Amino acid sequence: MNIQNQYIRNLITKGDRIRGRALDQYRDIVIEKNPIKNAEGSALVKIGKTEVMVGVKLDIGEPFADTPDEGILIAGAEFSPIASPEFELGPPGENAIELARVVDRGIRESKCIDMKKLCIKKGEKVWMVNIDIQPLSHDGNLIDAAGIAAIVALMNARLPKLEDDKVVYGEKTDTTLPVNDIPIPVTVAKINGKLFVDPDLEEEDSIDARLTITTKSNGNVCALQKGRTGSFSFEEIEEAIKISVRKGKEIREIVKSLKT
Amino acid sequence: MGILKKERDFVLPGDKIVESLDYLPGKNCFRDGNSIYSKRVGLVSFKGRVIEVIPLTGMYIPEPGDMIIGEIKDVQFSGWAVDINSPYQAFLPLSGVREFIDPAKMDLSKVYGIGELIYAKVTSVGPSKGVNLSMRDPSARKFKNGRIIKITPVKVPRVIGKKGSMINLIKERTACRIYVGQNGVIWLQGENEPLAAKAIKMIEEMSHIEGLTNYIENLLKNEGKIKGQVMK
Repeated sequence: MNIQNQYIRNLITKGDRIRGRALDQYRDIVIEKNPIKNAEGSALVKIGKTEVMVGVKLDIGEPFADTPDEGILIAGAEFSPIASPEFELGPPGENAIELARVVDRGIRESKCIDMKKLCIKKGEKVWMVNIDIQPLSHDGNLIDAAGIAAIVALMNARLPKLEDDKVVYGEKTDTTLPVNDIPIPVTVAKINGKLFVDPDLEEEDSIDARLTITTKSNGNVCALQKGRTGSFSFEEIEEAIKISVRKGKEIREIVKSLKT
Repeated sequence: MGILKKERDFVLPGDKIVESLDYLPGKNCFRDGNSIYSKRVGLVSFKGRVIEVIPLTGMYIPEPGDMIIGEIKDVQFSGWAVDINSPYQAFLPLSGVREFIDPAKMDLSKVYGIGELIYAKVTSVGPSKGVNLSMRDPSARKFKNGRIIKITPVKVPRVIGKKGSMINLIKERTACRIYVGQNGVIWLQGENEPLAAKAIKMIEEMSHIEGLTNYIENLLKNEGKIKGQVMK
């Protein structure tokens, strides 16, 4: 094992971190809303040097046969080489797919979008919500940054104008998406039995396992995703949920303070 | 046309610096016809008739004689593939190792295993940038523990300072052992190593200001006092 990884693991075991943060301390979170004019809603989230841009595009499509009166939610992520020298062009790899799925699951299972309200004509026409995730700079913890960016983009999305059941892009109405909750993902990483949040790129290389926990405003857990080869005990999962509820609340306050 | 850029002017790759045969292209410049152009992003510097560009950022381009810190990436039949924080991968051949090794009888990964860090010398850089390393230098060694930090390779001269003044200052005040690779990888080990790392990061960020040595000296003095660990 690389001596740098060994060094980070020793530090974490002692309760210290490489950039001098506390174990439950995030890097500075900066959120910019609607930086893209052409998207219906967008957000740029920076956690330290990690930057993720999320755009929400709305379109009209046919609903799925099993849910004829509900809108459609699609999340996709693309890792372009601009974010990190380790990202390659081509079809999305497993990390990109995982990122998109975790963000999608957080939003879908928290039921924060009232899908019934996205129905235009039952069985024929519904709104399709496309969430496109684009990391701009990868310095660890893309999942949290993408999850925060996705919910901010959704909250600030406005429906485009409809003319004869066709979308007129470029003309936004005042109607916002029916978003009624703020799910926040918090990734808890584990090294030698110690749990900590917001691993940066160097720490991410050395962790045993990570658990992404998405919580709702009322503190309920709505999505989980475990990564890497290590394992969590029952007590550790309980501890991780406590951490993520607490940190989720803090981040939710930042998101709420943006809403005007 | 004559001279188009002044001393310390900012240039981009391909910017014309002079249009005259009276000047010669130095580091990070090239001649095309009558003119001299910049190869890198940086500042122009006139040294008599020679024109140089001091780069502001960029990758590490290996040159023979450089001491670098590399990570073993692969153990091959006749040597090791080494990552040297550069666009080009380096190779450490068996002939570059001090001890005699018979690859038929000995496991090469016992000597240097994957993930280990070495301080090695660049012996040659081929025409297609094939880089060869050697451990036959007296200062070459393998690192067992400690940590590394990476900085922009063009800032390495500032971290070292004039005749090593800056790096010796940090070594003295923090009692850390520090090795600086020309490729921007710095290895350090010691009690007060967070302070040394902070000082090096600060040098990288503020490399353009004057009186940097004094500033760093103050930083080391003050921070050291708070922790009660000033070492001389």
